Amino acid sequence: MKFARLLPLAAVCALLAPMASPPAPAGAAGNDQVVVANIGDMSGVYSALDGAGAVLADQMAIDDFGGKVLGKPIKLVSFDHRNDPGLANQETTEAIDRDHATLLLDYTNSATALAGAGVAKEKHVIQIVTGGGTDALTNDPKYCNPYTYHYGYDVYALAHGTAATLTKQGGKKWYTITANYAFGHALYNDVKAAVEANGGKVLGNDDVPLGTSDFSTYLLKAKSSGADVLGLDNAGNDTVNAMKQINEFGMKKNMKIGVMLLFESDVHALGPDYWAGSTVTIGGYWDLDAKSRAFAARFAAKNHGNPPTWSQFANYSAVTTYLEAVKRAGTTDPLAVEKQLVGYHFSDAFARNAYIRPQDHLLIHDMYLAQVLPASEVKQPWAYFKILKVIPGAEAYRPLSEVKCHLGS
Amino acid sequence: MLENLGGQIFNGLVSGAFYAMLSLGLAIIFGLLRIVNFAHGTMYMLGAFAAYFGAQSFGLNFWAALIVSPIVVAIIGMVIERLLLSRLYKLDVLYNLLLTFGITLFLEDAMRLKFGMQGSPYVIPDQLTGIVNLGFLIYPTYRIFVIAASLIICIGTWLVIEKTSLGATLRAATENPALVRAFGINVPVLITGVFGFGCALAAFAGVLAAPTTNVAPLMGDDIIIPTFAVVVIGGMGSILGSIVTGFLVGVVVAMGAVFYPPISSTLTYILMAVVLLIRPAGLFGSAEGLR
Repeated sequence: MKFARLLPLAAVCALLAPMASPPAPAGAAGNDQVVVANIGDMSGVYSALDGAGAVLADQMAIDDFGGKVLGKPIKLVSFDHRNDPGLANQETTEAIDRDHATLLLDYTNSATALAGAGVAKEKHVIQIVTGGGTDALTNDPKYCNPYTYHYGYDVYALAHGTAATLTKQGGKKWYTITANYAFGHALYNDVKAAVEANGGKVLGNDDVPLGTSDFSTYLLKAKSSGADVLGLDNAGNDTVNAMKQINEFGMKKNMKIGVMLLFESDVHALGPDYWAGSTVTIGGYWDLDAKSRAFAARFAAKNHGNPPTWSQFANYSAVTTYLEAVKRAGTTDPLAVEKQLVGYHFSDAFARNAYIRPQDHLLIHDMYLAQVLPASEVKQPWAYFKILKVIPGAEAYRPLSEVKCHLGS
Repeated sequence: MLENLGGQIFNGLVSGAFYAMLSLGLAIIFGLLRIVNFAHGTMYMLGAFAAYFGAQSFGLNFWAALIVSPIVVAIIGMVIERLLLSRLYKLDVLYNLLLTFGITLFLEDAMRLKFGMQGSPYVIPDQLTGIVNLGFLIYPTYRIFVIAASLIICIGTWLVIEKTSLGATLRAATENPALVRAFGINVPVLITGVFGFGCALAAFAGVLAAPTTNVAPLMGDDIIIPTFAVVVIGGMGSILGSIVTGFLVGVVVAMGAVFYPPISSTLTYILMAVVLLIRPAGLFGSAEGLR
């Protein structure tokens, strides 16, 4: 019975398979340096939009800052959360206890962001979520806390940018495909609310496992539901696979596709023609103006010629914002830094007309309603978006009157 | 509703087509060589990338890729077998599993360095775009082609192994290599060829998958684990079992997805657990296969 022994080993191998990247080496950090911990998806479904590019953006922010703050060297450590909230929890703890990190960053994948928020709250360390989209971070009293910040976008802004626009344009009947975890669920709720607020209706929804490669079953269900709009409440590789198959089933003839979250890397994976015409909401864009292009050019030189995705771009901005707050505070004490972070108005290469709202720690900044260009109109690599309209932060994000978190009160 | 259900069964057959081709390759390699080839998903990924790279660099079209990619990947497979795997035949099968797992990590990271994580575009060939009306069902032409191509390859392979003298030699060589060698047949060459053929099957599936899924370094990871489950359900090493079970699992998962989507990816393993409880040797396996 050799095989009986083989199966468990095969199972172990299967579990180990995504673990290709080694963990960050232990640092002998103490109070003699300031440590930034990037906890992101380095190898899984979101690693193209996040991954090594996000770590590069962090490092560039540190280098641009001069590599030192308060006279201490700034050190970056990086973890791969493999989209596992349990692991994210453990790594966050490790970053704090072993590496003495004073900034926990990234958390692409909402489930990991919520896991990290629990640790940040308990251990009193600042966490800035750039990748995860769930609005529970700033709108659910169970999760929001004085140490957690949400930076770059959230599901409310996506839904109220994209879903509301499509519904107003006449797409009243929706069918949605939702990634079955914290991010998808939060996005679905906001999409549903935005559709209904504009006189539309969601006819049906499927909660689909993260990492699904075959969407055909759900596409057929959506097709026969009689909906005018198919909403994709997912991200990264899932969205890419779904779009490839939407095209195959010729669904764009009769339905509009509402892509709720789209990054440059996703467009690149299929080529822009698959996405052309899709209206999306983005939190920033490397090809916006001279200021953003200047950063993108420096980034691309270190990233195989590719500019940053807007999520990686947010990391650059978040690290810079944090370091500046530390400098103003003259300490890394999280509550002293909080006083400098919130309410401070700034515009950098990524975030425009931005400030962190004191009540819920959400970064309020300009969002953009954008359209994906067809390949014939893409003038340089990765310049996939045309900005249709700037959505001022006050309109883009949940108004304070509806926010359920009230920090510092 | 009927058309919808028909469509869903076809969707199941399409994913089944991929499971069948992949598990067939695994079953042949395990059945004849006793290697648990964890790198099989990687060969599938390499097949898709060979098609993409061929199209980008040499203008290789889809039809040519269906032939060229499997040959390229078969050569890679044979080199791996000759250089590495062949050194471990005298040891426990566990060593082969670990080695092929290591090869998987190595090749995935190599592809990640070369092509990045986000995936690379590959389109459906012009002749197969569009939708075809089957009378009872309107369905994408390309997907029907996938089912047909998979059936032809699977049945062809089964016939060669079960009904031809080459197949008989292969089976004999695994039963009693010394005796077969006495007939003047070069057994190591035969083994290398079989391993290469198994890899070629995976690459063929990879080329077929390229127009419908994201061509990315981790695409093999998504499919290799359910494929192992299919091989176990069908019976380790059973050729016919892996083909029939491949299609069966595809349809079961698709039906699960219709009625309760969150369970779809788990259904394969529920099925595996049930089959192992009732028939430990698998649906088509004999106690022999378990040795």
